[in-house]
Amino acid sequence: MTQRIPVVEKILSANDRLALENQACFDAAGVLALNFMASPGAGKTSLIEQTVKGLRGHLRLGMINGDIATSMDADRAQAAGATAIQINTGGDCHLDAVMVQTAIAQLDLTVLDLVIIENVGNLVCPAEFKLGTHKSVLVASIPEGDDKPYKYPGMYRGVNALVINKIDLLPYVPFRMDFFKQGIQVLNPGVTQFAVSCRTGEGISSWLEWLQKEIKEFKKG
Amino acid sequence: MHELSVTESILEIAIRHAQAQKAGNITDLYLVIGQWSSVVDDSVQFYWDIISEGTIAKGAKLHFRRVITELICQDCGRGYQPGSENMNCPQCGGTNVKIKTGEEFFLEAIDVEE
Repeated sequence: MTQRIPVVEKILSANDRLALENQACFDAAGVLALNFMASPGAGKTSLIEQTVKGLRGHLRLGMINGDIATSMDADRAQAAGATAIQINTGGDCHLDAVMVQTAIAQLDLTVLDLVIIENVGNLVCPAEFKLGTHKSVLVASIPEGDDKPYKYPGMYRGVNALVINKIDLLPYVPFRMDFFKQGIQVLNPGVTQFAVSCRTGEGISSWLEWLQKEIKEFKKG
Repeated sequence: MHELSVTESILEIAIRHAQAQKAGNITDLYLVIGQWSSVVDDSVQFYWDIISEGTIAKGAKLHFRRVITELICQDCGRGYQPGSENMNCPQCGGTNVKIKTGEEFFLEAIDVEE
């Protein structure tokens, strides 16, 4: 006899549960956690370097870097002055809550104000896996093209802030800012946006101001 | 690309629910996957055949119900499917929209044998 059992359970519910545990760790330590996502080469690590430099002396920053291989990104963050833990996913295309849990155990959260988790460069999978961060930030970049919101709606939908990097290249590549922003308006209306160039430093101060404001509000509870 | 971990989750959820009902074998799984969820049926099936081996779900059939993305314009009420190069409302051109369907990703039910 065959019997039908109703389940109705989200496939990634186990990951979601672990993500909540991670978030509880950050909350208990009073540390704001951010999930940085982007395609490879958009400038996640460059933005992190600018952030570490800009906040040095004001805020204590910890980094968790996810990559398929190498510790180059953690090394760059460390060189800029952050405490950094590298996770090598060994082929996985995204970080998940378990990997982050392992990394948290290696960080002394009590001496930090902010933890940035740099996800694997990919616009598809990281959007599906919660990590336990308080906010997600998407780093987009001009040379990627203006059609990305339309091609990767899941990623553009779920983020709290969007940093548009490499604006110094706008005169050299075809990029319809109106078209790009129209897609964002549909998917994620009112999302906080920053236009920056990590190379020239343009726009970085607004990003740092926002970040400091977020940390202050978070600490107030 | 992350279908292995997804498939492992599907197996874990199915077995947990089957065992809670003291069922013998799982014969069918009914999955609901929205168009905007980035999951590939064929890859899940590929991993399923490997990882379900040796479990009470071995050989169970996976049924995929795909849900297309539908948006609702909050200004004029029009429901529509987004175009690939234009997601604005086709009726009023508005961008104030809600996503009605397309982001589902869950296991709806399983069939078990006693």
